[in-house]
Amino acid sequence: MRRWTAIAGIAVLAVVSLAWAAGASRVAKPVVLIERPGKCVEATEVMRRDHMTLLLEQRDRTMRDGVRTKPHSLAGCVECHASSKTGSVLGPQGFCESCHAYAGVRLDCFECHAAKPQKAALGSGR
Amino acid sequence: MSGCDRRGFLGTAAAALAGVALAPGIRLIDLAGARAPEEAASGRVRWGLLIDTARCATGCDDCVAACGRENGLQDTGRPRTDAQWIRKIDLKDLRSGREHSAPVMCQHCAEPPCVDVCPTGASFKRADGIVLVDKHTCIGCRYCVMACPFKARSFVHENVTEQKPDVPRGKGTVEGCTLCVHRVDRGATPACVEACTAAGHGAMVFGDLNDAQSAIAQRLRELPNRQLRGDLRLDTGVRYSGV
Repeated sequence: MRRWTAIAGIAVLAVVSLAWAAGASRVAKPVVLIERPGKCVEATEVMRRDHMTLLLEQRDRTMRDGVRTKPHSLAGCVECHASSKTGSVLGPQGFCESCHAYAGVRLDCFECHAAKPQKAALGSGR
Repeated sequence: MSGCDRRGFLGTAAAALAGVALAPGIRLIDLAGARAPEEAASGRVRWGLLIDTARCATGCDDCVAACGRENGLQDTGRPRTDAQWIRKIDLKDLRSGREHSAPVMCQHCAEPPCVDVCPTGASFKRADGIVLVDKHTCIGCRYCVMACPFKARSFVHENVTEQKPDVPRGKGTVEGCTLCVHRVDRGATPACVEACTAAGHGAMVFGDLNDAQSAIAQRLRELPNRQLRGDLRLDTGVRYSGV
């Protein structure tokens, strides 16, 4: 009787742990593919939290003052983070779009701005 | 020495260094377009163009083609709604039969009507005289299109793809000649001027109207020239000779 109880206990434990493991993998995560590892213009935590603010500040300085030297430009993001397969930061696996789709934040930058770096655009366009 | 004095001294030293001659006739300050890359555009400079219609051939559209290539303006096959940043205008005096031709684009007015009428502040004039549209705040009302006496602004009617990284463009906003501001900030000349010069026409001169030593100021002194619709007193940055 005691042996049966032990076996049942082990079986229950196994089922629970399996369910836990399966549950962990069921949580959706955004795909963040970094193809060119190295130092970003700011620390990862800063970029995750504040990239939109940095982009807005850079945008106003570039457009209104004509200062194009600061590193926080959208073109700079695209230059580094465009996928080598699609040449773009958009698409389901794209650096920008995968996270924005996950967070449910509308990404309208690329309705006007180029989602491909200059070289890729030169190769495919024209 | 206080901080202010030190800053003043450094500024003077930098200005003196920038003025040092690199070679006869070439100074560092000329190469840099009179502005360091991290320095904001200032009112000391007024960018302008001189178009010499005596050198501008009827039928030549090198400047228009160069503008399209530089700014990624695509031909959708629907010319009535395609954006037009620069166009060639052919003029003929019916009495004498004299014909001439000139490119017309945003005239980069000192008193721009497009800026006056813009309800959101999207249409603005940069400190160095370049008139631009902030497409982030443009709501596409097209008041500026109506206000411009030169028909220089276009509305983007269709989705745009394959934009140039330096030239964002999108549906629902108004746009016009930027005087190739991304090139000017690098110290280069606008694409139309470069193409005209490279083809040997030399009908367009770009430069700083405020600098008496600049090529454009010297040509303006030599050639009789005028502003289009000078009666409106907009003080345009683009001047025409021979019209």
